[in-house]
Amino acid sequence: MNGFLDRVLGRVRLGGWLAVAAPVVAIVFAVLITSVVLLVAGKEPVEAFTTLADYGTQPRSMVMILNTGVMYYISALAVAVGFRMNLFNIGVDGQYRLAAVIAAGLGGAAVVPGVLNIVLVVVAAVVVGALWAAIAGLLRVYRGVSEVISTIMLNAIATGLGSWLVSEHFGVLTGNDLGTRPIPDDAHVPGIPLVAGTPVLVNGFIVVAILLGAAYWVVLNRTRFGFELRATGKSESAAVASGVGVKKMIVVTMVMSGAIAGLIGMPELLGASYKYSNNFPAGLGFTGIAIALLGRNSPVGMAVGALLWSFLDNSSNQLQLLDISKEIVQIMQGVVVLSVIIAYELVHRYRLVAEQRRVSRQLAAPAEPPKAEAAV
Amino acid sequence: MKILYGMQRPDEGEIRVDGSPVGFHTPADAISAGIGMVHQHFMLADNLTVLENVVLGSEPRRGGVALDFAAARRKIKDISDAYGLGVRPDVPVEELGVGDRQRVEILKVLYRGARILILDEPTAVLVPHEVDELFDNLRGLVREGLTILFISHKLDEVLRVADAITVIRRGTTVATVDPKDVTSRKLAELMVGSALPSPETRESTVTDVVALSVRDLTVRTGDGRPVVENVSFDIRKGEVLGIAGVEGNGQAELVEAIMGMRPCEVAALTLGGADISQWPTLRRRAGGIGYIPEDRHRHGLLLESPLWENRILGHQTRRPNVRGPWIDRAGARADTRRIVEDYDVRTPGIDVDAAALSGGNQQKLIVGREMSGDPVLLIASHPTRGVDIGAQAAIWDHLRTARAAGLAVLLISADLDELIGLSDTLKVILRGRIVADVDPANVTPEQLGSAMTGAGEGV
Repeated sequence: MNGFLDRVLGRVRLGGWLAVAAPVVAIVFAVLITSVVLLVAGKEPVEAFTTLADYGTQPRSMVMILNTGVMYYISALAVAVGFRMNLFNIGVDGQYRLAAVIAAGLGGAAVVPGVLNIVLVVVAAVVVGALWAAIAGLLRVYRGVSEVISTIMLNAIATGLGSWLVSEHFGVLTGNDLGTRPIPDDAHVPGIPLVAGTPVLVNGFIVVAILLGAAYWVVLNRTRFGFELRATGKSESAAVASGVGVKKMIVVTMVMSGAIAGLIGMPELLGASYKYSNNFPAGLGFTGIAIALLGRNSPVGMAVGALLWSFLDNSSNQLQLLDISKEIVQIMQGVVVLSVIIAYELVHRYRLVAEQRRVSRQLAAPAEPPKAEAAV
Repeated sequence: MKILYGMQRPDEGEIRVDGSPVGFHTPADAISAGIGMVHQHFMLADNLTVLENVVLGSEPRRGGVALDFAAARRKIKDISDAYGLGVRPDVPVEELGVGDRQRVEILKVLYRGARILILDEPTAVLVPHEVDELFDNLRGLVREGLTILFISHKLDEVLRVADAITVIRRGTTVATVDPKDVTSRKLAELMVGSALPSPETRESTVTDVVALSVRDLTVRTGDGRPVVENVSFDIRKGEVLGIAGVEGNGQAELVEAIMGMRPCEVAALTLGGADISQWPTLRRRAGGIGYIPEDRHRHGLLLESPLWENRILGHQTRRPNVRGPWIDRAGARADTRRIVEDYDVRTPGIDVDAAALSGGNQQKLIVGREMSGDPVLLIASHPTRGVDIGAQAAIWDHLRTARAAGLAVLLISADLDELIGLSDTLKVILRGRIVADVDPANVTPEQLGSAMTGAGEGV
């Protein structure tokens, strides 16, 4: 039977090394390109990379990388659910921000005490994210509106709606920062002292993120629902012929994607800032798209991608010490995504051709005695 | 064939045209070497005229930008007259019949200066008298010094039209023979590599129990035009009901309506006595309808998934593939191995992607899958299209065995021999209506062919 690793790596039969080779090649390639850019700009690439690496290995930075990575990872999962059935939920960004605003408003009002408040906030976020995404799903099913267009539009609406909610309903002014009323202390999610050598705690939502990743894998690979979802993604026409209710699947998948998206803001809301204000992290939904591509929708791959992305983001400021623009990191992120996509596509094609050749060789080689088809 | 036309590169060996070796990277290279290909599926734009279709992509220029239609018309007329194709350049393609369209395809290739023509299964879409016309055209072309490579599964046609026959089996040349020295039986044996199968099923196994009953089924297009109109029939257990018709006369829509993939109006649709007209596709499948789709790549398989996942497709609610909401990997894999074994699917294992198998082996896997779980009714759309003769014989065998065991089969095919040979009852469909009932025991392919085109009423 197959090993666990085999399956995680997408059952690459031609030696698992191909699956590992692709991302490694891609990262090496990205480093090379970035070096060229640095050289052109008249900077020393080796020095820049050592600075990044030094910073990334300090305990405090490691915690920061983990904490940002948790949000990136949840965002990537939300995007990946859609990707697996060829549904492009560009609206993860709007879904998580609107969910965070409403959840923060509810949490700040402290209608229920303690742990119940945490549950209320999380459930509210999930429901809001799911409903917001459902709009795009229903539009696609009943009106044939491409979910790409509708989710982009809904992002803009979510931004407007969020600002209105904060300024007109939930907002309190502290200093010159307009934000929701802070969630009371008894409803804070505690951090975990995971990394030694620093007082900074790892966000408690890391547990939720890991559980979500595991659930994502189990649901997609081991359940009938996941099978139908993947089948629809691979061939909608075959799915229809096999009796998969494609319309229902579109709505359900959008709702799932939106529900996960609702959780993206929770580590920040319940574990760091405790309120939604102008400083609340924005654009995580788009980061999630990049990471889902980087991790090829695989739960482990996306975890690695989220950490890599988070490392680059967190350490970029250090480059300014060397008088290097921190935007160089964005170039690197872009190149990593592009090269990963290209590398995987090449490997994928190579594998298809190689497999076809292997099958025909294996069938041709042992010249089996011609089977006498029991002809009547 | 794809290699000859520059769509694929050979691993080894060489191609010579007029004695000099050539290497093709793209179809354009092949065209400039004088090789032209007439595809099985026509590549014509319906709303353009014949003239426009022919020049599309190699338009004659006048003064850099303007199109020189006059010159093109003259050239088309010349080619058409020289080879006796009888093509009218100013008719829109949508008004042409299948045979005319094919001549336009041939003309398109000649227009580009081809001296060697590859015809891929050119007769698959033609009825017998159109085939005769095509052969007359081909003989005309040959008389003018052109070379024709005629690829076909149909032996009698090859025997009639070819000057030399090369038999290919599983990618290797088996024999090159002179058509004067072989009988079609001998040729078939070369192709199969063993004794000749035939689709014949004469001893009737038809029972009195109706498996599927259809009354007044109508399918309309988006704009309300009926593509299937008031079709009614019963299929009893142990009966094969064949539907004969030129492709595009509503067969595909009829099948999709019965499968619940397409909305339709129907007075009654019952499977084993139960009204299934409101059931969704999955319930109809679970209720005992097996489905061999017309286009296995679009409807029958997940090409980039392993065989065992393809075993689950369409059967994702039933054992041994699932247990409750969970996929039963062990069960599905074991049953895939059974299908591979019983249906002689030639594959190195069940973890290879479906795309890696040949068409015949993919089809055998589908047949095996759809026969699983004791179906009541099997809808077989072109079950042996594009598969080699060995697989064809095997599939026919499986259909016969299942029929003897009481399976009801709705057979839709363009292969008239297959229809006549396998069916217990034959109905002819034309423009969405059942226009004739034919007794397969005493009808010839020619009679059936003219009924399909509406030429001969009341066969």
